[in-house]
Amino acid sequence: MIISIASGKGGTGKTLVATSLAASLDRVQLVDCDVEEPNAYLFFSDREQIEKTECHVPVPVVDEAKCTHCGTCSDICAYHALAALPSQVLIFPELCHGCGGCILACPEKAISEGSRSVGEIFRARFGKTEIIWGELRLGEARTTPLIRAVKGMAKGSLTIVDCPPGTSCSMVEAVLGSDFCLLVTEPTPFGLYDLDIALKVLEKMNIPRGVLVNKSGIGDKKVYQYLEKRGIPLLMEIPMERRIAELYSRGTIFVQEMPEWKARFRDLLENIKELAS
Amino acid sequence: MKQIAVISGKGGTGKTSLVASLAALAVGRAVIADCDVDAPDLHLILRREIKERREFMGIKRAVIDPSKCTLCGSCEDHCRFGAVCGSTVDPLLCEGCGVCKLVCPAEAVSMVDRMSGYAYISQTRFGPMAHADLFPGEEASGKLVAMIREMARETAASSNLELVLIDGSPGIGCPVIASLAGVDLALVVTEPTISGEHDLERILSVTEHFQIKAVVYINKYDLNPDVSRRIEGLCGERSIEVAGKLPFDPVVVEAMVLGEPVVQLGGPAAEGIKELWRALEAYL
Repeated sequence: MIISIASGKGGTGKTLVATSLAASLDRVQLVDCDVEEPNAYLFFSDREQIEKTECHVPVPVVDEAKCTHCGTCSDICAYHALAALPSQVLIFPELCHGCGGCILACPEKAISEGSRSVGEIFRARFGKTEIIWGELRLGEARTTPLIRAVKGMAKGSLTIVDCPPGTSCSMVEAVLGSDFCLLVTEPTPFGLYDLDIALKVLEKMNIPRGVLVNKSGIGDKKVYQYLEKRGIPLLMEIPMERRIAELYSRGTIFVQEMPEWKARFRDLLENIKELAS
Repeated sequence: MKQIAVISGKGGTGKTSLVASLAALAVGRAVIADCDVDAPDLHLILRREIKERREFMGIKRAVIDPSKCTLCGSCEDHCRFGAVCGSTVDPLLCEGCGVCKLVCPAEAVSMVDRMSGYAYISQTRFGPMAHADLFPGEEASGKLVAMIREMARETAASSNLELVLIDGSPGIGCPVIASLAGVDLALVVTEPTISGEHDLERILSVTEHFQIKAVVYINKYDLNPDVSRRIEGLCGERSIEVAGKLPFDPVVVEAMVLGEPVVQLGGPAAEGIKELWRALEAYL
């Protein structure tokens, strides 16, 4: 079973929830798909690293000896990743989506496929928890190939996916294939506005969903009215408490210091299982 | 014209609340650009009146004409994104490359333009704002950010305004890079948590990579003074100025609920932001 933890707005507590849920359960895989800013592994300081691999994506390589500079490749490329100049072909690897169109289109068969690394994938163990995360190479723009590769490493019977913030392609790629998506929000106008967009994405993708309100007690009550009106299950609330915020700031999973929360997270899993089936 | 981008690496550090206050302090001098197209919240504080709407065309999508398709499977074999199944294309997976059209022997595939959102110029109580609605789940947010920034620059030039103030998105990828391209200053907002610290280091490496001048702003610095000191240390090592520190102040959330900028409510956070604005003015 794959449970993704997402949100529209950043900083609502996705990683807090994903790490707390993982720490409350036995034998779980925690997969951090926020490859731009992966943080979940920081909360398992005594982890034992077991693997580190590169994530490669295809990129065109032009054989200038065969190239006639006809311009077919740059005409076909939807991403402007090749520019055929009169005397050479310029390649912009960061723009390439690796579709292979230029290779197929080249009438001289002058283009072959090379590869380049867009980031790294790590796998570590902490007790019975396995943690997998990706780290996008600095300066890279496209996140989706790495997110896909990170998710591809998940093979356990229970996987928790910590998603990137937002409501566009990175978030879609991270939640794709989930059996259930838990959206974390905060009871503020910004939290509600972005929750609404995130829920629309999940509706479109037909993924079962529920909401966790973090930092409850701040802001206003509008998010509760919204959920009730739309019949969206509110699965848990975590109050705004200085102690929880301080533990988080130090890199401690708060359920380790406040163990009464572990049972609540186990109940949360049971509720999710019921809603997903 | 100067352009300042407010970014953060980590989400939820307070970018939008800060930009709303800076917009209030810069009233009459700036165009605001809400480039957090995944989660555009700035209008909730600035209150917009839409003046102009433009269609945003994202990437094209493949469409197969089932009456021409012979189900030969060539497109399915060549699609690198797993988007084709029989004679149907999954619009969520299609990246618009056109390889299916290229390999189709029956000319059954066409690439169609697809509207992925709207970009707007609005009037707000603090000045003009360029912003957008990206339809839920769409791609090409970087391209939309570039469009908003172009509209903001046009507006600044035609209205004779000296500043474009950009509210960026979290992360370090495509929309952030598009928000940063060519700006005069990146104001990086962080918070004293181990996540905030880690994410700050990565975003500062990105601003260095693109050779953009960055200054750091520590929000809620008193939440964990030890981590705040570490952040100041790492900025020092990179010769990056810490332009200000803001204490935790419940007024920030109160202001959001009231739909007002923090600086209009007063208190320690408001004073801190005013001080930051004076520093930014000196820079301008």
